[in-house]
Amino acid sequence: MILSQIGYYSLIFVLAISILILFFCFKQLKFLNKNYYSNLINLNFLQFLLVVISFFSLIFSFLNSQFINKTVYENSHTTKPFFYKLSGTWGNHEGSLLLWILVLIIFCLLFLFTSQKKEKKYLTLTLLFQQIIILGFLIFTLVTSNPFDIIFPIPNEGLGLNPILQDPALAVHPPILYIGYVGCSIIFSSSLAALISQNINGNWASHIKKWAIISWIFLTVGIMLGSIWAYYELGWGGFWFWDPVENVSLMPWLTLTALIHSLAVIEKKSQLKGWVIILSISTFVLSVAGTFLVRSGILNSIHTFANDPQRGIFILIFLFLLIFLSLVIFFKFHKQDLNINKITLTNDLSILINNWFMMYFLSVVLIGTIYPIFLEVINDTKISVGPPFFNKLISIFLIPFLLFMGFGASLGWLKSNFQKIYFQNVVLFFISITISSYLFLFIGDKGLFLSLIMGGSIYLFLATIRDLIKRNKQNLSQRISHFGFSLLVLSILFNSIFSEEYNFNLSVGEKFKLEKESIFFKNISMTNDKNFKKVEGVFLIKSNNNKDIILKPQLRIYNQPVIITSEADILSTLYSDNFIVMNKIDDSNMFNIRYQKKPLMIWIWISTIIIALGGTLTFFKYRK
Amino acid sequence: MSSKIKFISIFCFFVFCFFIFFQSLKESKKYTPKALMDKKIINFKMKQLDSDEIITEKDIFEINKITLLNIWSSWCLPCREEHKYLTELKMNTRLNMVGINYKDKKKNAQNFLSEFGNPYSLILVDDDGKNSINFGAYGVPETFIYNSKKKLIKKIVGPIDLKTFNEIKNILK
Amino acid sequence: MKKILILLIIMYPTISFSTENNKINKITKNLRCLICQGQSIYDSQSEFANSLKKIVEDKINENMTEKQIYKFLTDKYGEWILYEPKFNKNTYFLWLFPLAIFIFGGILIFKKKT
Repeated sequence: MILSQIGYYSLIFVLAISILILFFCFKQLKFLNKNYYSNLINLNFLQFLLVVISFFSLIFSFLNSQFINKTVYENSHTTKPFFYKLSGTWGNHEGSLLLWILVLIIFCLLFLFTSQKKEKKYLTLTLLFQQIIILGFLIFTLVTSNPFDIIFPIPNEGLGLNPILQDPALAVHPPILYIGYVGCSIIFSSSLAALISQNINGNWASHIKKWAIISWIFLTVGIMLGSIWAYYELGWGGFWFWDPVENVSLMPWLTLTALIHSLAVIEKKSQLKGWVIILSISTFVLSVAGTFLVRSGILNSIHTFANDPQRGIFILIFLFLLIFLSLVIFFKFHKQDLNINKITLTNDLSILINNWFMMYFLSVVLIGTIYPIFLEVINDTKISVGPPFFNKLISIFLIPFLLFMGFGASLGWLKSNFQKIYFQNVVLFFISITISSYLFLFIGDKGLFLSLIMGGSIYLFLATIRDLIKRNKQNLSQRISHFGFSLLVLSILFNSIFSEEYNFNLSVGEKFKLEKESIFFKNISMTNDKNFKKVEGVFLIKSNNNKDIILKPQLRIYNQPVIITSEADILSTLYSDNFIVMNKIDDSNMFNIRYQKKPLMIWIWISTIIIALGGTLTFFKYRK
Repeated sequence: MSSKIKFISIFCFFVFCFFIFFQSLKESKKYTPKALMDKKIINFKMKQLDSDEIITEKDIFEINKITLLNIWSSWCLPCREEHKYLTELKMNTRLNMVGINYKDKKKNAQNFLSEFGNPYSLILVDDDGKNSINFGAYGVPETFIYNSKKKLIKKIVGPIDLKTFNEIKNILK
Repeated sequence: MKKILILLIIMYPTISFSTENNKINKITKNLRCLICQGQSIYDSQSEFANSLKKIVEDKINENMTEKQIYKFLTDKYGEWILYEPKFNKNTYFLWLFPLAIFIFGGILIFKKKT
């Protein structure tokens, strides 16, 4: 009771302070000679304290299972392990919004602390836009999804958290993804502020680049955790389904990647200003649009939150207010760059080409995600846009993209010997063609096209390795990220081409023979765990040339709420993953077994970590 | 000047997007394809629940009667909810009701009928669900209504409720 | 380089990116499980999906082509069941929009370059 009250009222105070800050921002802008700036920082700090209190009171309500709180009642249960009680705080719509607000305010405060030397007008304007965003989300939370609603009489037991959400990767996935999204809000606010105060220059670019890279790192890791979760938990052995919810997190990532590359151009040459502003705006707009698409239930997806049309309409209005606000500001304050220099075949061109492809990939993902919505409203026709669409449109353009990337990054700002680089690239190109045509003999009937992509990615892989082992320290982080990316493409390709998958029915004691292996269903056992019953099968996989493997997939029967899930058992090695999952077939003692061998699976995660690591290294460079 | 035109056109574009999303939020997410409407009933061969006699699409229609095909199962809870409406519809002499027993055990199905009553004049068995797919069904319960010319005039996905019950009564008038 | 791009654009509609050998798996991966939340028939274990898998198997044994099977199913369930939307007047925009963006971007960049 008290906890909910504390939480609720501190949130109201956060709202009041937000309005107060907006008021002072306007005052500061009107009387530039006066200094309200210290007031603003103090208020912001107070706001931060209050939102932390509010957030912690929700956490404690979850930890102590205070079912008087409706959110706790609907999403928790006394028998749940401590860790999932904690992660239950943000595993639901209301709590995750509170977390979102918390991160927004933390970022706002961090921004103020780290950029005190900047011009006052620019800082005040940034704060102004940031508080508008905070205010929007606060009103949204308090009006439509208050996490501190109270129910009477107090229930004795909660309804429980959806078992498929009870997973370590998914427990940390939302906070990390939100940090990524919310980081974009700073980029949004500061680029609008810089536009109004006519402050867009190399200085601003290097200042905002840090925030862009932080958000980018968190988005990268967040997307990866979501993927890992899908791989482990959904039990299909896939890791990317082109599901709308996944697409929605990929879209800001694409614009952010383009933005980071373009910022490098402004840093050196003060070009592409308008374009950078557009990218900054659209990154955050896409993040909010993603929130809208996921939370409103407008899409059919695996992971839609419980939805309520009122919430959808609220975020929709907020989203379009942001869009219109930025449109007006952009058209009012943006002036065309007058001194467009000729762009020659240097790194600038390769950055433009990077942006070009990023925008193409974005357009594929965006149109594929929202087109069904448009068609349904306009024409009353319902269609699905699924993996074949995305794979087709993206894989074709992947070939030139990989080639450009391999060639482009090697140009560098360093005025290197063009002839030499040209020669190196031709050599690498021929090596990769040789390797891929050799592979083509292997995959044979699967087609010329795949080996073309393969050729491109091997070329990029070799090119990035060559760049990586260069002795100078310049752009090390970029080289590492590029290497990670090439490794990622290569492992995804190998994985999808050489994966083997077997689907069959077995009962206990039976054996299933594959070409080189046999799978023996040894036995089955049932045990009681804390909040679920566990049915565990033991499978012995004998193969001709490798050691025997034992895999133990499970069926879990959760008690609160009653849901049966199947947990895959996965043996990961550096070389390949063995993945097995079983499902009960009704009315028989047979089990449906899905056994998969997925080569280089672990390298998909490793390479994503390398990509993010590259980003992290920039900070050590900045620190110097 | 040209920047004003740009601004206005982009602005209009986003207003358009806004209304599309707004409209989409208001519409319900339930989906029944129009593809099947007014189509003739498909050809099928199914066994009866109580005997081994094979029934085809020719056998289920009665002259000048509207035919209601109801897919049900003893393990399906919503089927119990809609059962009272089916029982009431049984009284109507213009209606001929045929049941399709979906992925069920004979014994359970019979127990279900003796407990809740049998509204069907004929019950067919679809033990692997393939026939229901041929009809274009999603699962249980689902109801297809054919006119006397054997054409589909109504399809209800999910249990019959008061609203759809009244719609059926209107068809029968 | 322009030639490569033109070649790509010509290849655009003809390429299929599939590594699936098994025909049943290939088809069921391209079908949406209509009663599930965003799962394919292949991935789903629901009653509906299991029956549909059997139907697809039957149809393949009856020597129906992939296209005929899709036709058979869209006649009953509408195009919503297909994960790969057909190229028709409803979807021209869907398929061509990214391409238009690509060409537009290319023009912008090369105009700036020269």
